Amino acid sequence: MTKVLVIAEHNGAVLNPSTAKCVACAADINGAEIDIAVLGATVSDVAAEAALISSVGRVRTIEREENDPAIAAILAPQVTALAADYSHIFGPSTAFGKDLMPRVAALLGVNQISDIMSVEGSHRFKRPIYAGNSIVMVEAPAEVTLVATVRTASYQAAEGRNSAAIESADIEVELPQHTRFVEVQTGQSGRPDLQSAAKVVSGGRALGSEENFEIIYKLADELGAAIGSSRAAVDAGYVPPETQVGQTGQIIAPDLYIAIGISGAIQHITGIKDAGTIVAINKDEEAPIFEVSDIGLVGDLFRIVPELTDAIG
Amino acid sequence: MEKILVGLKRVVDYNVRVQVKSDGSGVETDGVKMSINPFDEIALEEAMRIKERGDASEVIVISIGSSDSQQQLRTGLAMGADRAILVESEVPMDALTVARVFSAIIERESVDLVILGKQAIDDDNSQTGQMLAAVWGRPQATFASEVTFKGDTARVTREVDAGLETIEIDLPAVITVDLRLNEPRYVKLPDIMKAKKKPLDQIPVTDLGIENGPQIKVMTFEPPQDRQRGIMVDDVAGLVAALKDKGLV
Repeated sequence: MTKVLVIAEHNGAVLNPSTAKCVACAADINGAEIDIAVLGATVSDVAAEAALISSVGRVRTIEREENDPAIAAILAPQVTALAADYSHIFGPSTAFGKDLMPRVAALLGVNQISDIMSVEGSHRFKRPIYAGNSIVMVEAPAEVTLVATVRTASYQAAEGRNSAAIESADIEVELPQHTRFVEVQTGQSGRPDLQSAAKVVSGGRALGSEENFEIIYKLADELGAAIGSSRAAVDAGYVPPETQVGQTGQIIAPDLYIAIGISGAIQHITGIKDAGTIVAINKDEEAPIFEVSDIGLVGDLFRIVPELTDAIG
Repeated sequence: MEKILVGLKRVVDYNVRVQVKSDGSGVETDGVKMSINPFDEIALEEAMRIKERGDASEVIVISIGSSDSQQQLRTGLAMGADRAILVESEVPMDALTVARVFSAIIERESVDLVILGKQAIDDDNSQTGQMLAAVWGRPQATFASEVTFKGDTARVTREVDAGLETIEIDLPAVITVDLRLNEPRYVKLPDIMKAKKKPLDQIPVTDLGIENGPQIKVMTFEPPQDRQRGIMVDDVAGLVAALKDKGLV
């Protein structure tokens, strides 16, 4: 009997789309019963949103002041307390899930499968290693709880107008006092979120400066796109780190990805290869980005990008 | 604090384009350049800076693996670590077992702070630090881009999807580091000579009495499905037409 518990990611007000992507992955397991756990301080809105996701049986809530904002060391023992009812526990392979799920796995005394990209059986999954240079099929032992993160770029959010039951989960666990939230600083750009945006405009080292990124922002705003970047652009200080796309940044799958002045190292490509359409603009016609792009244009980005912005405006 | 423990994993060098063996039994590692996992170098650099500004008195580097990993430990000693521990194991080890090995060493050495890379660039798991923190029952601050200390607490700024999050943790604790924390130093020749004289203890993993975690087996290796090379357009008009064709603008 496969019973999957998906750990919801949210900011206290709205559910992150990564949750519905985890449900989509879980629903690929034959006959899986799927519940969602929502941990927070006051979670009625988020739980109501989670209850809409198709294939979900129950939404189980744990409301405690300490759960807002989410801290892995505090959430982990509560998730662990719910684990006995489930064969599988899934979370997203976002910063939230990557932080939390291995702690849950270790508390349960099991290993974790990171970044599930496809389901091959109830305990068999495929995942990427070496920056996506190899795909492995792994098999976890069936006699213990299976803890995994789901590579959200591999899944479309499960939709539907479901109305799953919402229940408060009654658990008694002592929470650690050793970790305290201080603050979070977010880039208040007003642009779409990089993880869930349908379109992403991404700039690389060739932009040359923080000021020059302005042309990237203008094009992105014209398209209603999120901003991405290469590691080189982040390291050079042109853009903040949360924009970085690739092996060690965010793995994304927008419908349209426009790579501007990005040469296309394997570590970057691994973050975008599930994109619908990849457009590359680069002055070097030998740049590896052209090997994976659907539409390529060789030329000076400082001339092309403003012209493109005007053309679609 | 007294002791900082830093994990150094021996991995295929960052610049190598890894190929799957033709029989699908693994990836080609014969004759391939091996290095310290780049995130672990950042971890060690941070430990050295903490020691150099007087916030710690000893930096110990640890690796788990065959005697080949001595090479990476010597590099760590040349970067400035005081001594090294090699936990000898001929078989690759799962993350939970690695966490248990680290935990056993922490107990022997009374470590105050463990700094690890946020992920290894071979298996890309991003698990060991979090698992160690759980096994040890201590705080974790993952994906760190800034670390400061005040008494028995650390303030760590973390790179999360929304931006930068700061948390405060009580020591002892585990910190895993992100790319932007620092730029690791270059090793100079005299440091390499000095490193040869520094202590490197070898401990057979069997001496630690560790129970292995339930194994996740790798069944098959395959190369990724490559995207097909698409079309090239001559100008912006061509690009806009192609995007319109696909209904993207």
